[in-house]
Amino acid sequence: MRDLMKHRLAWPVITLFVLLAINAAFNPGFLHIEWRDGHLYGSLIDILNRAAPLMLVSLGMTLVIATRGIDISVGAVVAIAAALAAWMIGGALVVVDGVATHVTRFPMPLALFAAVAVAALCGLWNGMLVARVGMQPIIATLILMVAGRGIAQLITNGQIITIYYGPYFFLGSGYLFGLPFSLFIVAAVFIALYLAITRSALGLFIQSVGINPEASRVAGVKARAIIVGVYAFCGACAGVAGLLISSNVKSADGNNAGQLIELDAILAVTLGGTLLTGGKFSLVGSMLGALIIQTLTYAIYSLGVPPEINLVVKAVVVFAVMLMQSAEFRDSIRSLVQKPARGEVRA
Amino acid sequence: MNAVVSPTVQASKPAAVPSAMRIQQKYLPLTATISLFVVMATLGSVFYTGFFAPQVFLNLFIDNAFLIICAVGMTFVILAGGIDLSVGSVIALTTMVSASLVQRHGWSPFAVLPLVLAMGTAFGALQGFLIERFRLQPFIVTLAGMFMARGLCYLISIDSIDITNPVYSAISQTRIPVWAFGEETASISIGALIAIAVLLAAIFIAHCTPFGRAVYAVGGSEHSAVLMGLPVRGTLIGVYTLSGFCSALAGVVFTFYMLSGYGLHAVGLELDAIAAVVIGGTLLTGGVGYVFGTLFGVLMLGIIQTLISFDGTLSSWWTRIVVGALLFVFCLLQRVFAARTAKPS
Repeated sequence: MRDLMKHRLAWPVITLFVLLAINAAFNPGFLHIEWRDGHLYGSLIDILNRAAPLMLVSLGMTLVIATRGIDISVGAVVAIAAALAAWMIGGALVVVDGVATHVTRFPMPLALFAAVAVAALCGLWNGMLVARVGMQPIIATLILMVAGRGIAQLITNGQIITIYYGPYFFLGSGYLFGLPFSLFIVAAVFIALYLAITRSALGLFIQSVGINPEASRVAGVKARAIIVGVYAFCGACAGVAGLLISSNVKSADGNNAGQLIELDAILAVTLGGTLLTGGKFSLVGSMLGALIIQTLTYAIYSLGVPPEINLVVKAVVVFAVMLMQSAEFRDSIRSLVQKPARGEVRA
Repeated sequence: MNAVVSPTVQASKPAAVPSAMRIQQKYLPLTATISLFVVMATLGSVFYTGFFAPQVFLNLFIDNAFLIICAVGMTFVILAGGIDLSVGSVIALTTMVSASLVQRHGWSPFAVLPLVLAMGTAFGALQGFLIERFRLQPFIVTLAGMFMARGLCYLISIDSIDITNPVYSAISQTRIPVWAFGEETASISIGALIAIAVLLAAIFIAHCTPFGRAVYAVGGSEHSAVLMGLPVRGTLIGVYTLSGFCSALAGVVFTFYMLSGYGLHAVGLELDAIAAVVIGGTLLTGGVGYVFGTLFGVLMLGIIQTLISFDGTLSSWWTRIVVGALLFVFCLLQRVFAARTAKPS
């Protein structure tokens, strides 16, 4: 079992190291990390910080994909959460006793809670459509993907809301113990999830629902509740990612916040070795996948290639990964490397 | 005695109802869409002056010609049980290649048009090949195709390229009068004519050719289609090829419409196309639906936009919210129909 796990993660780890090596080869200062302004500073730290929202969304997406689903509404949910938080915090410069201070429209904890709660509700809505109404996941979440950006723009009134409130910026660009604060959020979510999955039967249930929903229902697994739960969790993750993004850029744009993040998240999950056909999943793999995407983006920028080519490179990576996961392709290539139990879940 | 009679009455009821209902049920989603369209058009005519005019109706075709064309292609893909997310970016790539070749390299439009059509068709065929041959998921393959086509646009140029070629301008500005009653005249663009032609051809292909029947069969059950000896592989590759061709043609019409090539053209159009197909009554599970319904799906999206622009007080983002709500209602309807047809048997 342990060997298999190692095997599953071998490819993502190798890909990540190759990308890091390429970066290091072309950019001598890449691996250099130094202490500056009271925190660690360097390209690697930058990649980690920028990958944080994607890592969060990928965690939620992994569970959804493990249940044979997909959530293409996460980008819209990111936009909704960002817009709501930005609107509730707003921030106005008020002079109190001769000191200029920023005041929020609502207290910040309330704003954060509301944004994540609404995002979780969005996820719950998706989950209900999938589990209760019985829609295909891609269509159920397509509804929110189409309507969600409209709702986000409704909240921001079609404008880009700029946030003026110092404490809020700490989320996305602050540092704790010398590391970006966003990493601690990701780590907290990851550890909580990892414990829930390895220390209880939850992980097993999620897998069984993904492998055969009907059989797991007959076996007494509350398949519907689990499906609703993973979509709600995915929504909440997207909500937190929305907070990080809006805090990092100090504004919320209903139209462009989290644009294409759903595709990056699906890509990250796929790169991490989780099959889109559901069943077995790897949280660590998805985290690695998110880091691979961010490192790739960084490499493209630092190599001086026009950033627009990013899309072509991503497409090539997706094609390569897909083909490697396809049993038919491996057969026809006849490289005859025995890979046990991979890609066998196909119905 | 009564106790004996009542069960037989109850038993005969469900048997009688489906036979009367079945014919209706087949067309029910389509009927719902068309009636909703008529209701919205009526409401618009009652509330807004100038709404009830032939030109307003024809503008739905002129402004959505490219959407009709690519939604028709999408209908075949969805009927066969797949999905094509690359349509919007194939449109963008077509506008970009056309603009670049015509403006920057001085090619003749008559050489460019067949070339871009062939290119889109080949793009679709390649996606279909990957999906069929290697059993890859259509969602992911066409997603990568979407990245690829948009990325290729930027490789050609990051900025928008305006087209000043006389042939393109002439085609773009030509209006063919179709209605003349006294003062009221209405005309239609060449793009809209192409869209109508594509629609008619697609209806013929879907209902009167072996390929069309194979598409329905594959979408209904791929396994059964294989057992029936239908050319499943060819059909699967065929629908994606057809969708690629339709996207390229939509791109050509889009180029006439916008007179420019740009990598950000038609962003998110794939969602509109899928929404139009669903609202038009095609089941996303494949095998059930009509090309004709897709036309009304597109017209519905068009009339929502027209209503919002006639109103003037509603902001543009309401379009998205209303389209999302419509999608929800129609998906729900589909589920209800599916549940109802499943029960009697």
